[in-house]
This record gives sequence, structure tokens and C-alpha cells, in this order.
Amino acid sequence: MKHAQFMTRLCCLTALLCSSMIGGMAASGHAADQKNIILATTTSTQDSGLLDVLIPLFEKKTGFMVKTIAVGSGQAMAMGERGEADALLVHSPDAEKKFMEKGFGSSRMIVMHNDFVIVGPAADPAKIKGVKSAPEAFKNIAETQSLFMSRGDNSGTHAKEKAIWKASGAACAGQKWYQETGLGMGQTLGVAAEKKGYTLADRGTYLSLKNKLGLEILCEGDKSLLNVYHVMAVNPDKWPKVNTAGAKAFADFMVSQQAQTVIKEFGVERFGQPLFFPDAGKKE
Amino acid sequence: MDLIVEGIWKALLLLFTLDPEVLSITLLSLAVSGAATLISLVLGVSLGFAIALTEFRGKKFVISTINTGMGLPPVVVGLFVSIFLWRNGPFGFLGILYTPLAMVIAQTIIAAPLVMGITVAAIQHLPRNLRYQILALGATRLQMMRLLVREARLPLLAAVMAGFGGVISEVGASIMVGGNIKGYTRVLTTATVMETSRGNFDIAIALGIILLALCFIINAVLTYVQQRERPR
Repeated sequence: MKHAQFMTRLCCLTALLCSSMIGGMAASGHAADQKNIILATTTSTQDSGLLDVLIPLFEKKTGFMVKTIAVGSGQAMAMGERGEADALLVHSPDAEKKFMEKGFGSSRMIVMHNDFVIVGPAADPAKIKGVKSAPEAFKNIAETQSLFMSRGDNSGTHAKEKAIWKASGAACAGQKWYQETGLGMGQTLGVAAEKKGYTLADRGTYLSLKNKLGLEILCEGDKSLLNVYHVMAVNPDKWPKVNTAGAKAFADFMVSQQAQTVIKEFGVERFGQPLFFPDAGKKE
Repeated sequence: MDLIVEGIWKALLLLFTLDPEVLSITLLSLAVSGAATLISLVLGVSLGFAIALTEFRGKKFVISTINTGMGLPPVVVGLFVSIFLWRNGPFGFLGILYTPLAMVIAQTIIAAPLVMGITVAAIQHLPRNLRYQILALGATRLQMMRLLVREARLPLLAAVMAGFGGVISEVGASIMVGGNIKGYTRVLTTATVMETSRGNFDIAIALGIILLALCFIINAVLTYVQQRERPR
């Protein structure tokens, strides 16, 4: 049928046009591949605004273009295991050690730390204000069956939270008062504020949202609440397409004097206290 | 309530001072969604025409597939497209993940079935004899297509507006295949999600208002074209 012929030709022409457009753009993108670094990092580093300062400095210094993909530490390491990221900036030490043991990372260096805090409503139904030990605070929350919001997303914060629950000996999985949002830190804090529940948050994100929340810091300073960030370069042996030069340049930059100074001073203007403490070269 | 008022003020402020970051985010949203809608228009109308006007076995099955495509969850599209575009995936050699091009591709996949499905229905709705009448008067195939498009102008423009509205407002696929990279793949919707999670509710609301205003302006223009009376 002439009609069908005409239509088919039209469709083929459109398809040809589209694929040549894609091919053309992709070809120009391919050449730029070695200048691109995919950095998989946590939502807390992006939400705090620290990377908005550090990345442009790095890009200007080295000429690499950094594609910052902010997901949870769990997803970031999964991307690293699949070779879909070149460098990782995460804060989930146990998972990171497993990552290195399995040979997915070629280097791991400590960058900075801050701490987690347990926040909750001012009324404090579980009476954890002033409790020094984080596992004990969690135990109180479990015993009073007070509402607790968990990230539930395999992020570094979630991993730390699970570790504290384990140390407390209290059962939380499947309990009615224990609710998992599967959301980022900012959003989880928002849910906790609305429902007047407790949650574990990194100090940085909490500080940036403090005025809008109405939650208070009820437990802090315990050693188990330490939050350490490491930078890892993905091992090219398993995935040859990894940008090794770029990853190494980024990792070296994060522990360099320049970056460490930026980290030390970040947040002081806005919050009166630094959000992160530089740690490069220190022992774990 | 005061948050929303704050947001409106912030939106006006950002627009009047032509804040460079907001401007670039807005232009990128327009460019990406505009490109996706345009490609969907070409693909959707040509394929929709072909399917509507030809009789073939399995026609009803094909049309139901297209109609199902109209309801494709954008986040699922995003997931599948990123799996295909991953560095170590089948199309990884193209190196287009986390680029605006990837976002255009994902949004085209979301919008094309919409445009196609409505086009099929619109063309099928035209009186059967109209086509033969046009051809009998000596029109070429191309002229016939042009005339049918003019006849079906109302539903076809509705298809374009549906397609555009669907993709400029979607966020799941854009985050997954774009990565929300500052100054590169950040669009209005992904920026709104990020500012919300940072606690900058005023900026988030402002971006939302800008997005709504953008949609309204574009749809207003398209509606005027759609509702224009034919010259007598």
C-alpha cells in the first residue's frame, strides 16, 4: 500500500534524524570522558553546602569536571562496586572496610569528622536529656515506646543508627514506634519534627535546619556518635573504565592543606561553629 | 501560610534581580523539556498518523501498548534508562549518563506515548470520508497529512500540552539520569527537591512558583493557538 510505504519512510527518517543527533552529541561527549569524574557522595555533604565550596576549587585547580551524585553511602558504594563511580566520599566505616576488603577500592583516606546527635521534641517523653551514653538513650526510647524515625536507606547515618541499636540491646525492627522513612536527612528531620519523634541526625544537617524544625539536641558527645568521612578511589582492576587519574587527583585534593583549611572554616560564619573537623593524615 | 507568602516574595526577588543560578536552571528546564516535547511531537504525530490510518493485524494490541505507555511511571523510566546508560551498561560507550542529553532521552520516552496515543485517537476521530475526499481532490500524501493535522488541531495541541506538562514537572527520572549537578543538569524540579531537603523552604517554594508560572505562560500561548477560530 502506497500509504503505508509513505508513513514507514517518514518514521524511518525521523528515527534516523534522532539517532544521528544522539550519535553526534555522544561523540562530542566521549572525548570529554577522561575529564569527567563521577563522585558518589552522601546527601549530608551536599546538603551542608560544603561541596559547593570544595568542588569549584578542585575544578579550577585541576581542570577536571566533577559530576557530584549525592545519594546515600550505601548507594554510593554500590555504584563503586559496579564501577559506575570514580571516587567516593562516604561516612559508613564498617561498610567501607568491607568495600576495601572485597577489593573494590584502591585507596581509602580519612578526610574529616563531625558528630551525630540524637534530637527529639522538647517535651522529651523518653527522658533522654542529659543521658551521656547513646545506646542507653536508645534503650530509653525503646522502653517508653516513643516515636523514632529512622532513615532506613542504608546511608552512613542509618548504619550508625543500627550500630547504636545493636549496642543498646533493644529491639526496634517491626515495632510500631519505629518508623523508617527511606528519605534523606533533611526530609527525615522534617518528618520527625512534624510527628514529634526522635531521630539520629548529623550535626551539620540539624544545624542548617534548626530554626525551622522545633527539635532539640537531647543527647550528644558520646564516642559512639562520632561521624567520620573517608574518601575512596574505585579500583580500576575490576572496572577498567574508571577514571583513575581523576579519582586520585580528587582524593589527594581532599586531604590537601587547601581543602582541609576550607573544611576547618566552613560553617563558622553562618552557624558560629564549624560543621566539620579536618582529619587528614590522622590515625583512625 | 507565611511560608508561602515568603516564597512568593522570594520568587519575585529572584526573577527581578535575574539571579544567574535561577535563570540558568529555568533555561535548562525549558531547553530539556522543550527538546523532549519537540522530539515526542515529531515521533508521536508521525507514528500516530501511521498507526491511525493503516489497517494491520494486531492494531488494537499496538494501540493498547501506546495507551499503557501514557501511564508509564517516570521514575521507572529513569531507572531503566540509567541502567542502559551506565558506563558498564549496553550504551555506556556513549558516555551520556548524567548529562542533559540523557534527561532529554528519558523525558522523550515519557512524553512520546502521550503524544502518540492522543494523536491516534484524534486522527481516528476524523470522519472517514474526509481523507478520501482530500485525496480525490488531487492532494498529495504530504498535503493530505497537513490538512488532517489542521483539522485535528484541537486534540493535537492538547497532546503537545499534555506531553510538555508531563515532562517539565517530572523529577524522578531527571534526578536519576541527570544527577542534579550544579550548573549542568540541575532543573527546576530537581532543584526544588534539593532546596527542600536543605531546609531552604523559601527558595523551594520560589522555584515551584517559577515552574508554575512557566507552565502557565507556555500553555497559555498554546491554548490561544488551539482555540483560534478558522478564518472564514
